[in-house]
Amino acid sequence: MGIKSFPGGIHPHDFKHFSKNKAIEKIPLPKKVVIPISQHIGAPSKPIVKVGDEVLTGQCIAEPGGFVSIPMHASISGKITKIDEFNHPTGILATGIEITGDEQDKWIELENDENYFDLSADEMKKRIADAGICGMGGAGFPTHVKLSPPADKPIDTIILNGVECEPYLTADYRIMLERADDIISGLKIFMKIVDAKTGIIGIEANKPDAIKIFRKLVKKDKNIKVVGLKLKYPQGAEKQLIYAATKRKVPNKGGLPMEVGVVVQNVGTAIAVYEAVRYKRPLIDRIITVSGKIVKEPKNIKARIGTLSSDLLDFCGGTTEEIGKVISGGPMMGFAIPFLDTPMTKGSSGLLLFNRKEAHKDDESTCLRCARCVDICPMNLVPSLIANSVRYDDYDLAEKYGVMDCMKCGSCAYVCPSHIKLIQWIDIGKIKINEKNVKK
Amino acid sequence: MIDIYAVSASPHLKQRISVPSVMWQVALALMPALLAGIFFFGMQSLYLTIYAVAAAVITEAAIQKLRKVPITITDGSAVVTGILIAFNINTSSPWWLPVIGSVFAIAIGKQIFGGLGYNIFNPALLGRAFLVASWPTLMTSGWKATSPLSNIFESSINGLKNLPSNVPEVITSATPLGVAKALRDTTQIGSDMAETVMNSLSNSDTIQNLFWGNVGGVIGEVSAAALLIGAAYLAYKHIIEWRIPISYIGTVFILTYIFGGINGLFSASILLPVFHIFSGGLILGAFFMATDMVTSPVTKRGRIIFGMGCGILTVVIRLVGGYPEGVSYSILLMNITVPLIDRYTLPKIFGEVRA
Repeated sequence: MGIKSFPGGIHPHDFKHFSKNKAIEKIPLPKKVVIPISQHIGAPSKPIVKVGDEVLTGQCIAEPGGFVSIPMHASISGKITKIDEFNHPTGILATGIEITGDEQDKWIELENDENYFDLSADEMKKRIADAGICGMGGAGFPTHVKLSPPADKPIDTIILNGVECEPYLTADYRIMLERADDIISGLKIFMKIVDAKTGIIGIEANKPDAIKIFRKLVKKDKNIKVVGLKLKYPQGAEKQLIYAATKRKVPNKGGLPMEVGVVVQNVGTAIAVYEAVRYKRPLIDRIITVSGKIVKEPKNIKARIGTLSSDLLDFCGGTTEEIGKVISGGPMMGFAIPFLDTPMTKGSSGLLLFNRKEAHKDDESTCLRCARCVDICPMNLVPSLIANSVRYDDYDLAEKYGVMDCMKCGSCAYVCPSHIKLIQWIDIGKIKINEKNVKK
Repeated sequence: MIDIYAVSASPHLKQRISVPSVMWQVALALMPALLAGIFFFGMQSLYLTIYAVAAAVITEAAIQKLRKVPITITDGSAVVTGILIAFNINTSSPWWLPVIGSVFAIAIGKQIFGGLGYNIFNPALLGRAFLVASWPTLMTSGWKATSPLSNIFESSINGLKNLPSNVPEVITSATPLGVAKALRDTTQIGSDMAETVMNSLSNSDTIQNLFWGNVGGVIGEVSAAALLIGAAYLAYKHIIEWRIPISYIGTVFILTYIFGGINGLFSASILLPVFHIFSGGLILGAFFMATDMVTSPVTKRGRIIFGMGCGILTVVIRLVGGYPEGVSYSILLMNITVPLIDRYTLPKIFGEVRA
């Protein structure tokens, strides 16, 4: 099988060497967690506990706020001590539920349903929805919704995203090495739910050991393929991954993968789904990479949802230099967060720490029209023209140039010699156009 | 006390590239051609280039000071403009010629529009056009043959050296393109003679000399090989992209092959288009001037249309226009069309279905 890819893209230095050979470590139970009620795309969850309530690990503490929503569960046992505004990994203040732990980690009762694969698709979906699972690659779309396409959009292919194209991040890589069996079980559950004939595991070519493990494991499964993908950013972006793996193009202007018969799920999500369907285990922890040149001991950590960034960093021995910037997620699409008391969420794939120099951004200078951004845009947009139309408040023009099709991968800003903050301009454009559409 | 860390929009990684690094690399890529100019025409090439660069940089600084905007002479863009102005001048020119060219290029060609990034025309070409219009004789005659330094190659063009003695003087003392132009008016020298001269133009010795640089002309255009070394470096560094130069040169090749002969369509030898590519300013223009990022289209299809437009205009000027050479005017004319080209060649968005 050849190495597959998509048009455009960039080759940033991957910085994965800090943490890629570090086996997943479990962080000691935190004394306190903060569970934001919005960790996903869709309606925020509704808290069903009040301050003073005692909760068990895995107990539901917030119900879904609608169909496109998920429940939240206590990730440690203890007492609800606050329901208030907390720092959120997207850099804003948002409602969260604070649990002060009793250090017992008393769990709700789990099952071990060995015949889980005989469950009907609907039963499986219910267990996934009850477990509060959303996409763990970053965007955080509720998983059960993704698995419920309308009847006129049959799904023939499930793609597992094991690309992890963001520099620094190695969480998905580690779970692929350490938990490949569970990932395949998750894939089979996905395939059964939507009745997909084909399962594809897409892995970037810089993880040959992961590719090898999966190829060996799926040898007997004729309907599961492992696809090696070219090392290129953003190879793991949904539309680009689908194109690389199947040559199908998801329609623009808000088109969804299901329109080309595909559902994409992250490898971490596959494990969560397997645990939810087999053990009815709610999603209360995940693997997060804590990395950066200044981190004393970069690690891949299995941590409870709601663990504060400061606890994660302490577990890695702190930093060797003064911190300039803290990033939640990957360096290309992640959010800079101003405070270390920000909790990790279900979508937190990384916590990165930069020193002052790495945090420095040069001032913008005039656009040279060099078209480097045009040449690498994986969505085939003209980022410089979009940014310029937003700069001069012409949002109709920005929309005509396709600003809403931008996935904010950041490749354009990465290559810009004039240091133009293209993603910032594009984001402003998206917000203004959304506001305008809401008013209509 | 709570620490607060820097926030900014993503991405948080940045390629190490800047406007100065792009411009200085372009300047670096022009050095082989400057060395070739020195080699073939002597140290005067270097002096004229220094005058041009100094004038460009000082003009830029002075105007930016007047405009009360940050002075950006260290970004290398004025240096590149100065070098390109000097490259369009021959070594018998007085010192003030490149100086005036640079002042005009920076003041009228660039700063008047708002500086780097806002100019409509390639400043260096505009400067050259100004000089040609103001001092046509200085700019287009008195061209020196290559210097004794270069005698390790045979001096002057082999093919032309062996011409019969009754060929008018004007031809033998001019540049190869001047010869090609004169030929098209066959009444001047008779059709037999024209045939002979035409053959000598498209003979492989002539082309080799054009390629390596053993030919009279302006400083920067002398050696196609030296220019191509610089162009290859820029292409390798992704500073110029193939679409404009290839579509430009390809168009010139095809059109001169079809229309270049003197006995009707397709009557030219296949070496005639090669002669057209390596003579005059085409290599310099196609790789270093048409590719000027500020004044060329940003869309990929637009770049091909732009290159083809430059090619068509160049051939029209060379074969039927009033000048022997048309590279600079064709690029200037195409510069005007850039906003229009960009508007009508927006790329198809990934996943877009167009009706």
